[in-house]
Amino acid sequence: MRRRVARHAVAGVASVAVGIALWQAIGVRSIPTVSLPALVREAMPASGVSHDITAVLLNFRSYDTLLEIAVLLAAAVVALALRDTPRERMPASQPYLILDTFVWRITPLLVLVAAYLLWAGSTRPGGAFQAGSVLAGAAVLLRLSGLAVLSVDDRLASRVVVVFGLSVFLLVAAGTLLAGQPLLAYPPAWAGALILMIEAALTLSIAVVLFSLFDNAPQSRPAAAPAQRGEA
Amino acid sequence: MTAVSAGQLLPWLLVAPLAWAVIAVLIESRRGALTIAVHAIGVLLHVALGVALYTSVARSGPAAHALGGWSAPLGIGLRADGLAVTLVLLTAVVSAACAVYVMTTERAAHDADAETPRYFWPLFWLLVTSLNGIWLAGDLFNLYVGLELLGLSAVGLVALGGSETALSSALRYLMAALLGSLAYLLGVALIYAAYGTLALPELAELIAREPLTQLAIALMTIGLCLKTALFPLHGWLPPAHGVALTPVSALLSALVVKGSFYILFRLWFDVAPEAVTPLAAQGLGVLGAGAVLWGGWQALREPKLKMLVAHSTVAQLGYLFLFFPLAVGTGVSAAALATQGMLLHLVAHAFAKSAMFLASGTLIAAAGRGGVADLAGIGRHMPMSLFAFGLAGVSLMGLPPSGGFNAKWLLLQSALASGQWFWLCVLLSGGLLTAGYVFRVFRESFVESKDSQFTPTPRGYDWVALTLAAMAIALGLASQAPLSTMTSGLRVMAGGT
Amino acid sequence: MNADRLYAYVGVVLFAMAMYAFLTHTHLLRRLLAFNVMGGGTFLILVGLAQDGRGPDPVPQALVLTGIVVAVSATALAIILLRRWFALSRSTALPEDQS
Repeated sequence: MRRRVARHAVAGVASVAVGIALWQAIGVRSIPTVSLPALVREAMPASGVSHDITAVLLNFRSYDTLLEIAVLLAAAVVALALRDTPRERMPASQPYLILDTFVWRITPLLVLVAAYLLWAGSTRPGGAFQAGSVLAGAAVLLRLSGLAVLSVDDRLASRVVVVFGLSVFLLVAAGTLLAGQPLLAYPPAWAGALILMIEAALTLSIAVVLFSLFDNAPQSRPAAAPAQRGEA
Repeated sequence: MTAVSAGQLLPWLLVAPLAWAVIAVLIESRRGALTIAVHAIGVLLHVALGVALYTSVARSGPAAHALGGWSAPLGIGLRADGLAVTLVLLTAVVSAACAVYVMTTERAAHDADAETPRYFWPLFWLLVTSLNGIWLAGDLFNLYVGLELLGLSAVGLVALGGSETALSSALRYLMAALLGSLAYLLGVALIYAAYGTLALPELAELIAREPLTQLAIALMTIGLCLKTALFPLHGWLPPAHGVALTPVSALLSALVVKGSFYILFRLWFDVAPEAVTPLAAQGLGVLGAGAVLWGGWQALREPKLKMLVAHSTVAQLGYLFLFFPLAVGTGVSAAALATQGMLLHLVAHAFAKSAMFLASGTLIAAAGRGGVADLAGIGRHMPMSLFAFGLAGVSLMGLPPSGGFNAKWLLLQSALASGQWFWLCVLLSGGLLTAGYVFRVFRESFVESKDSQFTPTPRGYDWVALTLAAMAIALGLASQAPLSTMTSGLRVMAGGT
Repeated sequence: MNADRLYAYVGVVLFAMAMYAFLTHTHLLRRLLAFNVMGGGTFLILVGLAQDGRGPDPVPQALVLTGIVVAVSATALAIILLRRWFALSRSTALPEDQS
């Protein structure tokens, strides 16, 4: 009990202090002299895309994105390492008319949306992560409604898809270095095509990795009764 | 290698380990000779790159690389000064030693048809990538991504054990790591709002002493201290480092906690020396002293061998923080001595602690149980492992000749030069406590016991631990060259604060 | 007060509230949710404060996108560890927080 009170007191004082300090500091800050937006505008013609956020993510600060994909891979690897073996098979389910019809109709639509998001990334908001999340969402929907989706497991094919996006990204990176250029410095003429290629590869891997993170999460009920349809 | 400049070498230190992480995922299901061969090539390549970069920078000065061909602040820069390349080389050597230890285990397991933990290698290479990324980073936000990659791969490595304790330790570690990175990121947000750039060299010129900046530095400092397990925020470290697989413990204690400390050092002394105050530095010093005493005391009372070594890490990290009060608001010579002492301690501790963890793991593998008391009688059977443990202990205690001794001697001189004699008491009592827990292990090992059984362990284990321990000692005999490389060009050496 | 400044203030409130929740809750899923709200607050501050009085800035927006992917990865990793931990221990809190 005393420990609980102490914990709440420390947390309360710390949060209030941080909140007040931030609130006050925001009011007294100075306006910076350096203007990155101006630099971005200036460099846009050479970036290969016409949307400035995509240009920052995949050209000006592409190294951040490379490491970010590595972070995603780290999570996927831990999921593979800790997945249940052997896994409980999803029980074959009875047909569920409304759900099944809905899912079968919406899945192609989601794939289409993902393709659009990927393509749109070069000119307006969109891009690999958004497209990959929509695809992963479609796969999760299929899995939850008990319809067949391949699982992302130890098979070589699964692992190839998981690292596919990062591999393409790395090959481009190594290619730029071998050509005597700085890391990930695309030739301006190819920049648009290279960015689209990297984004397409990333979309596939991001979708599979996000789905695998859902699918490979350990069962929270060890040796429990088989899950009932509709309970998920 | 002479044709390749250091600037061109820099990105390969990121691309190569990341490529090996991809390869490691692809060959994960294979066991035995192929895995070992592929990763041996990766390790050799990494060490070669580290040596090439170190010699190049030590000979011809700092190097830089503008990623994507966009110079900062629009793009992200990599930069390699003497300190960065020394840490790159340290990472290459220590991680290579840990890799050889794992390969020895895998070979022994392959011969005996036993299982080894799966997916170690991808996480190992991701960890190495993130460490190199942190040492070479020239951008505040990029450091955040590097920190997260470091934290998540380290947490994953802890969880690989799969046991209940491994998972609870990994979760506790993850919670601390996440909170720490968010505090850091919030600081980054404030800095960007105030200065409009994230590039470290540019910020170093712009940063002034104003409330928003100081709040940002304070938030980042707290977050990084949490990640470095500074007392009293150290609670997550001993269980995580104690429960992990032996080579993972060695990597975590030798290198991972240094990553966040390195960022803290850069922030305080390279980027924002104008914004930090001697009072805050004294505060960090007091906490460091608390860590030295509390960690040492806990190690003295700890019944489990690997936990003892993990508590010792908490104490040894405390010495790093004694550097702050000796370098902020003191004279040029005191600050220079303190910087040399702290950096030497960082490197010596990396060698000594990885050696000590590997030796402890071998002793535990031989004894079959992890208690200090279970070592009774092991002195006759495992003289090599105990010798490695002892050599590492010499450096940790700060006995001559060792890197640890020179480091503590420099810190001591700095304390005298700045007239802060009270830090002497901390240095001395820390040394006594260290001697206490190291000798405790020896006392148990030489107890004569007839009924204890020991399993033989692969010879490779002892060679790896001995090599690392010997390096900690050798650092005491030849400190000058690495020290002058590490400190060249640092602002604090010229009395920047 | 312009919209960007408002985002920053909302971010501060979210961060402080979620930080309190993160530090006081023992249920790990709640702490994870608190971490995500804290992250949301940080992102609001990052974009809002950078654009306050200076107009749209693609750089912090891109940083937030990177930050979101990192936060998603961290959250997924935490859930995987948490579910495994729950399966083994039947507990939702760390050992030292169990009453």
